[in-house]
This record gives sequence, structure tokens and C-alpha cells, in this order.
Amino acid sequence: MFSDFDFNVIYRSLSYLFLDGMTFTITLTVLATLIGVTWGTALALMRLSGFPPLVLFAAGYVNLMRSVPLVLMIFWFYFLVPYIGQWITGSANPMRIGAFASSLITFALFEAAFFSEIMRAGIQSVSRGQTAAAQALGMNYPRTMAYVVLPQAFRNMVPVLLTQTIILFQDTSLVYVLSIPDFLGAASKVAQRDGRLVEMYLFAAVVYFLISFAASTAVRRLNRRIAIIR
Amino acid sequence: MNYRWNWGIFWQVSPDGAHTYFQLLMYGTWWTLCTAFFAWIIALTFGSLVGVARTTPNKWLSGFGNAYVELFRNIPLLVQMFLWYFVMPELVPDSVGTWLKQLPNSSFYTGVVALGLYSSARVAEQVRAGINSLPRGQRAAGLAMGLTLPQTYRYVLLPNAYRIMLPPLTSEFINTIKNSSVVLTIGLMELTARAREMSEYSFQTFEAFTAATIIYIVINIIVTEGMRRLERGLAIPGYLGGRIKKPSLLQRMRLRGVQ
Repeated sequence: MFSDFDFNVIYRSLSYLFLDGMTFTITLTVLATLIGVTWGTALALMRLSGFPPLVLFAAGYVNLMRSVPLVLMIFWFYFLVPYIGQWITGSANPMRIGAFASSLITFALFEAAFFSEIMRAGIQSVSRGQTAAAQALGMNYPRTMAYVVLPQAFRNMVPVLLTQTIILFQDTSLVYVLSIPDFLGAASKVAQRDGRLVEMYLFAAVVYFLISFAASTAVRRLNRRIAIIR
Repeated sequence: MNYRWNWGIFWQVSPDGAHTYFQLLMYGTWWTLCTAFFAWIIALTFGSLVGVARTTPNKWLSGFGNAYVELFRNIPLLVQMFLWYFVMPELVPDSVGTWLKQLPNSSFYTGVVALGLYSSARVAEQVRAGINSLPRGQRAAGLAMGLTLPQTYRYVLLPNAYRIMLPPLTSEFINTIKNSSVVLTIGLMELTARAREMSEYSFQTFEAFTAATIIYIVINIIVTEGMRRLERGLAIPGYLGGRIKKPSLLQRMRLRGVQ
């Protein structure tokens, strides 16, 4: 059954697959993680602030994002963002937004909900005494958070944040529904052009597996090291 | 915003000439629920077997379980979907492959299998964590009383573990419902696909997506409430105050991140 395999098709398209496709995927993953963690931390702080409007907003945001499929969210933002852009800039027509910006906004805002739950757990894992001690030293709320609570919260949650990033990396393949050439999109384009679906999809699966497996093994190691230090 | 809202669109007849857009969305909801339900049966069955295998003292069994979970967790669901739909029929003998391709509703069956096995790896992870969270003495006590290993699992470990696992399994089930939207990539007209179709036909994009969003939220609420009742019904009176303690947020995050 492997006799009529054409491995050459993979070799021929390597530069397209990796220089275009994988670069898109990795850039999207990294930027969406950075924005997502920042916005997620802000959401977690809002949720723990005890100020009802902020608590309600953050809880509503997180629960909405968590109950809707990512595919639907990708469609939502793809159509909604041009209108929001128009509203912000006040131009006459819906703003034109590239495939990359659109998917970056989607993933950053969507994954922020999950990062926010992680950060909320992280902040709660820092003992109350730490906050009390910071306040006793005369620190105000922003300083307490910035210098005492958040650094420890991040540190406690690094393995979980990284695991979520691996999930995000896999989730980016869903931009396929917008025909955007990320790694899977590129593989799919070559597959359909050359009629080599079997080779290309198997190759894509192997690449995704190797990257995710290596990353999750590294996270597990890191976790063991952190666990010993603690 | 110069978007023209038209909430009456749901009652208009779609271009297929027979159904209103509302009916099409309802068909989509039906397929979403069917896909998720059958996938969940596969996920629960395989996930339980693999999860139990990973906690047995047998090296081969637990090694197989670990490999299974790593394989299904480290490949994106969409890629797995393509593997089952496009690649698998080419790798089996020709007659079987042709039969598979000509099967009516083949995207439904493929979607159920792909989603089910993908979710089974996640269920296996929860099952393993649930069994491992039991006090170690329980296994030892079961064996010391002369129960065989399968009996220890059947009568001692699993009844407790499944009760502990109910909340994480609930969220896995909800994940399965949400992930069923990925099946649209191989052509199943489930809820998200129907919303997309409605937006393409009628240009009332935001009404269509709003409707789909609300339907997903309602499904979510019903499932969560149903499982909460189940949990209350199954709780052992007097055990942990008659109610199973939900794992804290921190514990849940640890469970997800660390294996």
C-alpha cells in the first residue's frame, strides 16, 4: 500500500510548507500567546477585583468564550472585525483586514479566556500572607500585584501556561476554515494541487506530532524541576 | 456601522425552497447533538479502557495507554479528521476503501470516529487522574481482602473514581460538543456549518452567528445542569458530606497541565 507513495512531493514543497506555512503558524502561536496571556491576566485581575461591574464583565467574557466552539468564533471575528475597525476609524466602508491580523485577533481574544482561568488559579495559589505582607510594607494594589503576587503566580503556572500554548499551537490549524495558508493550509493546497492527499496529510500529522510531543515532553521535564525547587 | 439588521430573516424560506433558515439551524443543531453523542460514547468507552490500562501495574498495558494518549493528544483534531476522511480509505484494501467512500453520510461516521477517538485520549487522562487521586490504601485493601485486580477495579476503585471524575468529564463532554464543529471541514452540515451557510445565502451574517452562539450556550447550560443533578443523585450519603467535593480551580489546572 505504500508502494505508490510519492515522497518527492513533500521534498518539492518543503520550502513552501515551512517558510510560508510553518512561519505563519509559529508567528500566530507566539503573538496570540503573548497578547492572550496579557489580556487573560487583566481579565483574571478584574474577576478577582471584587468590583461588581468588572467581575461581571470578566466572568461573562470568559464564560461566553468557553461555551462557543473556536470554529464559530473564527467566523465571528472574520466578519465582525472589519465592522469594528470601521466603527473605530469612522471610515465609510468596513475596514479591510488581512488574514493574519484577523486570525491573530481571534486567537488572542479567544485563548485569553483560557489563560485568564489559568492566571486566576495562579493568583489564588499565592498565599494570602504575601498580599498582607506587601500591604504591611506600605505597597498599594498595583505594586502588590506587580512585585509580589503576579511574579509568583506566573512562576507557579508556567507549566500550565505552556501546555495551553501547545493546545493553541494545535488550534491554529483551524484557520483552515478561512482558507488561510498556515502549515496545514499549505499542506492542503499542495495536496489538492498535486492530488497527493495521503502523503501531505500524513506528513502534516507527523510534523504536528513531533513538535507537540517534543514541547510537551519539555514541559513535563520543566515541571519536574520546578516541583523539586518548590 | 452600516450593517442592516434583519431579525425576521429566520422565518424566511432559504434558497433550498422548502425550509426556513430557522429549520435549517435546527437540523444543524440535531446533527451537532448526534455527532457529539455518538462520539462521546466512543470517547467514554475507549477512554475508560485506556485510562484504566494506564493505572495497572502491567508495564505493557500502561505503556500502550501512554502511547495511545500521546498519539491522539499531539495531533490537531482537524488533521486527525483529514487522516480518517482522506487518508484512511486509501490505505485499506481497495474494496473496503471504495465501500467507505460510497457510504451515505460518510462524513458523519468519519466525524464520529475521529472526534470520539480524539476525545477518548482526553477522557483517558481524566480517568487516570481520577483513579490516581484515590487514597493508595484502597487498592491495597481491595487486594488484601482477596479480590482479584479486575474485581478491585470493579468494586472498589472505579465506583469512587467515576464519582470524583464527574465534573471534569462534564467539561470534556462539553468540549466534545464544541469540537463537533470541526466536522464541518469534511462536509457535515452541523450547527456552525448551517450558520455559515445562512450567512452566505442571506448576507445576514451576524444574525446567523448570534443564533448559533445562543444555541451553543443553551446546550451548554442544559448539559451542565443535567450533570449537576446526576452528580447529586449519585453522591454517596455521608461520604464527603454527602456531596462530592469539586476539585478547586488550582487542582483542575494542575490536572490539565501535569501528567
